[in-house]
Amino acid sequence: MKGNGVTGNANPLRRVGALVDGARDWWEHAKAWQRYAVYLGAVVFALILPAPAIGTFMSPGSDWTTVLIYPIGTYILLAVGLNVVVGQAGLLDLGFVAFFAMGGYSVAYFGTEYGWNYWATAVMGIAMAAVSGVILGAPTLRLRGDYLAIVTLGFGEIVRITANNTDEIGGARGITNVPHPTDIPGVVDFGLLPAPYYYLIVIAIVLVIIFSVRLQKSRVGRAWAAIREDEDAAELMGVPTFKFKLLAFAIGAMIGGLAGGLHAGRAVFIEPNTFPFILSATILAAVVLGGAGNLPGVILGAFVIAWLPERFREVNWLKDLLGRDPAEYRILLFGGVLVLMMALRPEGLLPSRRRKAELHEGTGGMGTMGAEVTGPDTDVSTEAAK
Amino acid sequence: MLLEIKDIHVHYGKIAAIKGISLEVDEGEIVSLIGANGAGKTTTLKTISGLRPLTSGKVLFNGEDISKMPGHKRVMAGIGQSPEGRGVFPGMTVQENLLMGAYTRKDELAADLAEVYELFPRLAERKSQFGGTMSGGEQQMIAIGRALMTKPKVLLLDEPSMGLAPMLIAQIFQIIKEINKRGTTVLLVEQNAQQALKLSDRAYVLETGRVVKSAPGPALLDDPQVRAAYLGGH
Repeated sequence: MKGNGVTGNANPLRRVGALVDGARDWWEHAKAWQRYAVYLGAVVFALILPAPAIGTFMSPGSDWTTVLIYPIGTYILLAVGLNVVVGQAGLLDLGFVAFFAMGGYSVAYFGTEYGWNYWATAVMGIAMAAVSGVILGAPTLRLRGDYLAIVTLGFGEIVRITANNTDEIGGARGITNVPHPTDIPGVVDFGLLPAPYYYLIVIAIVLVIIFSVRLQKSRVGRAWAAIREDEDAAELMGVPTFKFKLLAFAIGAMIGGLAGGLHAGRAVFIEPNTFPFILSATILAAVVLGGAGNLPGVILGAFVIAWLPERFREVNWLKDLLGRDPAEYRILLFGGVLVLMMALRPEGLLPSRRRKAELHEGTGGMGTMGAEVTGPDTDVSTEAAK
Repeated sequence: MLLEIKDIHVHYGKIAAIKGISLEVDEGEIVSLIGANGAGKTTTLKTISGLRPLTSGKVLFNGEDISKMPGHKRVMAGIGQSPEGRGVFPGMTVQENLLMGAYTRKDELAADLAEVYELFPRLAERKSQFGGTMSGGEQQMIAIGRALMTKPKVLLLDEPSMGLAPMLIAQIFQIIKEINKRGTTVLLVEQNAQQALKLSDRAYVLETGRVVKSAPGPALLDDPQVRAAYLGGH
């Protein structure tokens, strides 16, 4: 199915695909020290990424380190969290921004009203997000596919509108003067400079990735994979599907809450419109575009989705070509690039092998959404009966 | 009685799919349910394995009422199912599929895995191939093998012959017989009535959610009504 809709072998994207396959083969057979070398390389790369030399190309118009924190770093963190829900457990969540909001509002509220230490509020944000994930999941996870998507979509909106109408947390005006992260004396001061926040978010991303990989390789990860590929069959294998779906929701929510807490601590000001539906959709697009279920793909997808609109602000040859400021057209350009990428690599930029096999079978693709699609050899009457 | 179903009713929304089915499966038997599309065969199996909730009635397993037990616990109690349409995990290899069957087990698996590979040599040849890339017959083998890995007391098979070539159908039925010979009770749902009845100790004929006939398998093969309706005979 790779390269669907593309003819001819001379296609450069085909060659990119072959390169990706080669890299994956190498990775699967790589020795432990080789893998650690790659991990180390990735961390070193992340640490030197804010260098101005890179920034002048990547983000000529705005401060590169700031762009790296938001949107790029924040999107990556959110995408890794949503990937647990969509990519690993196969549940389509269209309201992920709700958990981002829970984290952000927890940090803002407990920091400003009660003067709690930032780190305590951040932990509180993660806990609140997890609890809200369970509260949302418990009644709704018995639904499947499109129905679950609709309920989560509603939940995202409910959280935003509730925040908008609750004066206790600032209503439409939001919360200002959210405290910055507490300084760690002698190590780091969190002030107005972006660099410490960047390294903080890098640490958060690394921890979340380690956590996510450990989960994926555990019994829990196997259960999620089974649920994603065929929920009924998973239940027949003795997997308590409901419990594991709830767990996926809670863990995804915790990561979303963490991202929200980090965001509020840096941005100082949050309001309901910081958490619009479009952010849920954007993060989902990042996960799908990158290759749901495959962490390197998801990270790449989030990076592309966060970075491209920023980059399109300053494209000089386009400025000459159009005779106007390309910033006005950046969302149009962004949409065009997304359509192009999905047309050329419909399984995502870096899909895992396993995901390819799933998509080929017509199940598990977009999580449950794919599972609801009738395959060529599925009995239609049973689909209707579900 | 190993498995006993007493007057079960099952609804999909407001539509009654099963209107009072009772049946029994004794230890060591092969029992089959035959009937046309929409007769309620698959729903009956799903109700036994816990994928569908009951409206009323009872499911007894080993004399114990399991009507309220969730599906994943029934697996541990000893009910293994190969679902309709096979339900193979496409993104897992053959071996991973089989090991999923042993998800809840903590005892030694090697012997059971070897037995499945002995029953299905084809699977042994393709251990590391993705389930989704296997042929229909091979996927059926995975589904049955995976159900066997749960170490079931009763094995529920939902249309194992669906979509398979005649040669493969004969082979699959032979394997079902062999599995039964080795001590696993089998409850089989089939559209392929001829083959199923030949194999079965007893059979039930289902029509629109009710049992209309039950008798030893070979006797139903000669039953004029059954012949006319399901065997294409006269």
